[in-house]
Formats: sequence, structure tokens, C-alpha cells
Amino acid sequence: MTQIVVQDLVKTFRVAERRSGFLGALRGLVKRRHRVIRALDGVSFTVERGELLGYIGPNGAGKSTTVKILGGILVPDSGKCEVLGRVPWKERIETVRRIGVVFGQRTQLWWDLPVIESFELLRDIYGVGAREYSSAVEELVTLLDLTPILDTPVRQLSLGQRMRCDLAASLLHAPRILYLDEPTIGLDAVSKLAVRDFILRLNRERGVTVILTTHDMDDIEALTNRVIVINEGKILSDGTLAALRATVTKERWLTIDLVEEGAEVSDEDATVMSRDGGRVVLSFDPDRVAPAALIGRLAARFPVRDLFVENPPIEEIIARIYGRACK
Amino acid sequence: MKAYRAIVSARFRMMLQYRAAAAAGLGTQLFWGFIRIMIFTAFYRFAKAPQPMTLEQVVSYVWLGQAMFAMLPWSVEPDLRVMIRSGNVAYELLRPVDLYWLWFSRSVARRSAPTLLRAVPMFIIAGLFFGLRAPQSVGVAAAWLAAMAGAFVLSCAISTILSISLLWTVSGEGVMVLMSGAAWLLSGMIIPLPLFPDWAQGILAFLPFRGVADAPYRVYMGNIPLNEVWVVLAHQLAWIAAFVVVGRALVGRGLRRLAVQGG
Repeated sequence: MTQIVVQDLVKTFRVAERRSGFLGALRGLVKRRHRVIRALDGVSFTVERGELLGYIGPNGAGKSTTVKILGGILVPDSGKCEVLGRVPWKERIETVRRIGVVFGQRTQLWWDLPVIESFELLRDIYGVGAREYSSAVEELVTLLDLTPILDTPVRQLSLGQRMRCDLAASLLHAPRILYLDEPTIGLDAVSKLAVRDFILRLNRERGVTVILTTHDMDDIEALTNRVIVINEGKILSDGTLAALRATVTKERWLTIDLVEEGAEVSDEDATVMSRDGGRVVLSFDPDRVAPAALIGRLAARFPVRDLFVENPPIEEIIARIYGRACK
Repeated sequence: MKAYRAIVSARFRMMLQYRAAAAAGLGTQLFWGFIRIMIFTAFYRFAKAPQPMTLEQVVSYVWLGQAMFAMLPWSVEPDLRVMIRSGNVAYELLRPVDLYWLWFSRSVARRSAPTLLRAVPMFIIAGLFFGLRAPQSVGVAAAWLAAMAGAFVLSCAISTILSISLLWTVSGEGVMVLMSGAAWLLSGMIIPLPLFPDWAQGILAFLPFRGVADAPYRVYMGNIPLNEVWVVLAHQLAWIAAFVVVGRALVGRGLRRLAVQGG
């Protein structure tokens, strides 16, 4: 069942430009210069029920703008959009009743109130029945391990605790679609895993459709099977993560911290990308050389203090996709 | 309806936590009350012509104003200013509630809790020691309560419009300066409105600000007779209706041009 239909969505913002300097400021008094930013420039996609979709792109790509339009907060300039059969900005109240949203950088909990009171307030705002509410709270509290912090005022929570509470808060009214905007931003490793695990279970066990925007490639890898890449308001690719990676690059990065600074690290199967004091970053193709073999060879030749292997960051992938799109 | 009630009650409880602020506010308002009364005493001692209010009435008027100070529509909701600056207002729009009434509810909570915390001790102190007279009859007291309720709703409707103006101005600084000046002067918080020159009376009677302070205070002290109280209530109701209608139209327009900051 198709839950979200987006067709040729366009949204522009007018930004007043300030000229620099005193004279520029004076001229700005007389005549304002405006620049039009196309935050979304003809975006189209559909989302089926139960999908776990990654929506990625660099800062300012239009991710949050899309989410805000889907949530009925912003009105697009043109294009079609339906969420659960409704046009969000025309039937805002009815649409938001069935969706949940978490903005990772902000909290929807009341700062001065204990967590549980925020939950009760949301219960009344969404008009959740007493029985549904208590079973939802019970389930969420167990899944997210909230028992010890329910009576703590939100301002005293750590970021990880707050994020778990925010997730619970967005699900009290049993939404059919959940938008997560950078839900793991700033979290430590343990909290990240807890949040990811929860999102997966939510999607698998309850069939909640999840749209996830993030800069964390590991989030994408752990959670999603479909990824939409957007940059400068245009969709650059839409498909599985493996397909995306394969089309762009298979390369991985190896970072080594050397005991001696300045050693000339090199290997025939890897390219040195950067040297900074004792830290060297190499890129290699795992099909050409197994990571273990490469590490073994390097460690045998140079005294290594520490090392790790990672995928090229999301920005790198996007940059390459975008670079190709330009050619 | 339940949603709005829950919002008011939660915010009301939150505001009740700020007891130190209430105590400090009480001290400040007592101090200003004394200064205003001293000025009026000096003014009355040297006044040659008979005045439209007795000094005794002016004293009660001043104390009522000091007691109900926190209710006046002179501020933009500070939480909303922060939200609109930071973009957190997005969450407000994600709730299945009407934005106008949501912000109106915020205003109700913001005005009710501090007023209650300050007015009760102020009535006791000023009534026992500083010349605030009790109403002349139960009927007057009841009429005053009705006018006060009208003043409260009117004040919330005005301040909700101020909050909505944030959708255009973002900072709200200018609106606040303009509005607090107008509200203070035109509601009688600086000089009781009956003491204004005759040519100004027509305008003052028409403007909404009289309804949030001057009118209920004069009902309290019997300066407005009981059989004219309905004029006060009708004036308040008319303005409430006007502010609600305009406010709702503005919310609709403001949202269409909204660019949520950040993210």
C-alpha cells in the first residue's frame, strides 16, 4: 500500500542579502536585494507501507524541507504531495494525527516538566484513550529502558536519555509513519546502538513506516534498505544501499596512528590520502586487497599505535555522485 | 477542548514553580505602588479644581493595578520567541491542534499563574495596611469578578496577536516596546484614565486597553455604577471577538509564508 506520494515538489525561499560594509548596509536600507533559494527543485518519490527509507544528503540539501512539507508545516510552491491519502498542508491536523516526528537537534518534551508529565500532556493533545496510552507507555518504557528517568525533569537528562524519551514521545499516539531527522546526532556509541535497535524493531514488529534523515552512514547501513540521495533540491539516486555504493565506489579508508612521526608509509595496493603528524589515511579497494592482509603488511613494516577501517563518509559518496552528475 | 485544557494546566503548574520570581515581583510592585501613590497624593494636595476621582479611589485603583500587573498584555510569550528563533516552533505545528487556540492557551497559562501568585498576597497586604478598600457590596464584588474575567480573556486575546506577529518579525522586540508603551498608558496603569483630559476620554473609551485594567478597577470601587457594568462587559466582548477573528486570519496567513528556521 502506498502511503506517501510526492510529485515534482518545488519549494523556494527568498533570502534578503546583506551587502557587506557600512556603505553596503546603507544601500540595503534603500533597496533590498533578494536571492531565491530553491530548497526543493522537482522532487518525486513514493513510499510503501512498512518501508525503512534513508533520506540523505549534505547540509542544506532539502531533507528537512521535505520532511516539513510532509508534516504539513511548510507549504510548497508547486507539486503534489499526499500522506496517507491527505494533502498535509491542507489537512494539517488530520495528517499530523497519524504521523510522528523526531528532530534530533530539538526536543518536543517540556523542558521543566518530568518526562512522564510530557507524555501525559501529549496523550491529552492527541486524545489517546486511557487504555491505549497505558499499554503504549508500558511497551515504550520497557523497550527504551526509561523506568529510571521517567520522573526526571527533561533539562536534567543526558542527550542519549533525552533522545530515547523523544522517540517514545513521538510514538505514544501510535503513528503509522515516523519521520526521524538525525535521531543519532551527538549520541555516544551505546545510545546510538540502542536507538538503532529500537527503530529496527519498531519497523519490523509494528510495521511502522520510517523515513530517516541522517549524516551517519552507519545509521543508513544498519537500518535502511532503500536510500534516496538528495542534493541542492534534486534527487540524485534512489535505490538500495549496496547498489548506491557499488555505483559510486567500493573503496574503504584505513587510518593509522604511527608510533614514529614522519615514517614514509606506502603500499602498492593503497593510496595515501593524507598525512598529518603520526596519522596517515589510506584508501584501498577491498576487492583488490583484503583489509586484514593490508593491515598485516603495514603493521609488519611500521610500528603502529592504533588503526581503524571505515567506509568513506556520506559526504564523500554524495560528493562523488554529485561530481558525476555534473560531468 | 481537552487538549487545550491540558496545555493550560501543565504550563500553569510550571509557572507556579517560579515562586522566587513571584516574591521578587511582589516586592517590586509594592515599591512602585508606593511611589505612584506618593505622586498622586502630592498632586491631589495642590489640585485646585475638584477631580473626577477621590484620592481614596485613586489609591485603591493603584493597588488593584499593582496586584493585577502580571495579567496585562504587555509581553510577547517568551517561550514562543525562543521557539521561533530556534525553529522549535516546528513541533508546535506538528500537533493535531489549532495553532491559534494553542497559542491562546499558552497565553492563558502565562497570565493566570503569576497573577494568582502575586494578586492574593498583594490584596492582603494592601488591604490591611495601605488603603485598598473592599468592594461596597457583594453585587459590586460579583460585577468586578465578571469584569476581571473579561479583562483576562481580552488580555490573552491581545497578547496572542502579539505572539502571532512573531511569524513576521521573528524577534518581537519592536512590537513589545510599542505594545507595552501603549498598554501601560492607555489601560490606566500610569495615570487612572478618568484623570486624562476630556478630549481624550472618547478615544480611551473606544480603545480596547481600558477593558484590561481601568474598567474593572472602576467597577470594583463603584466609580462605574452597577447598572452600567454591562457596557464594560459588552466593550470587552466586542474587542475579544475582534481580536480572535483577526488573530485567526493572521495565523492562516503567517503559516503560508513561514520559513521554519534551521535544519
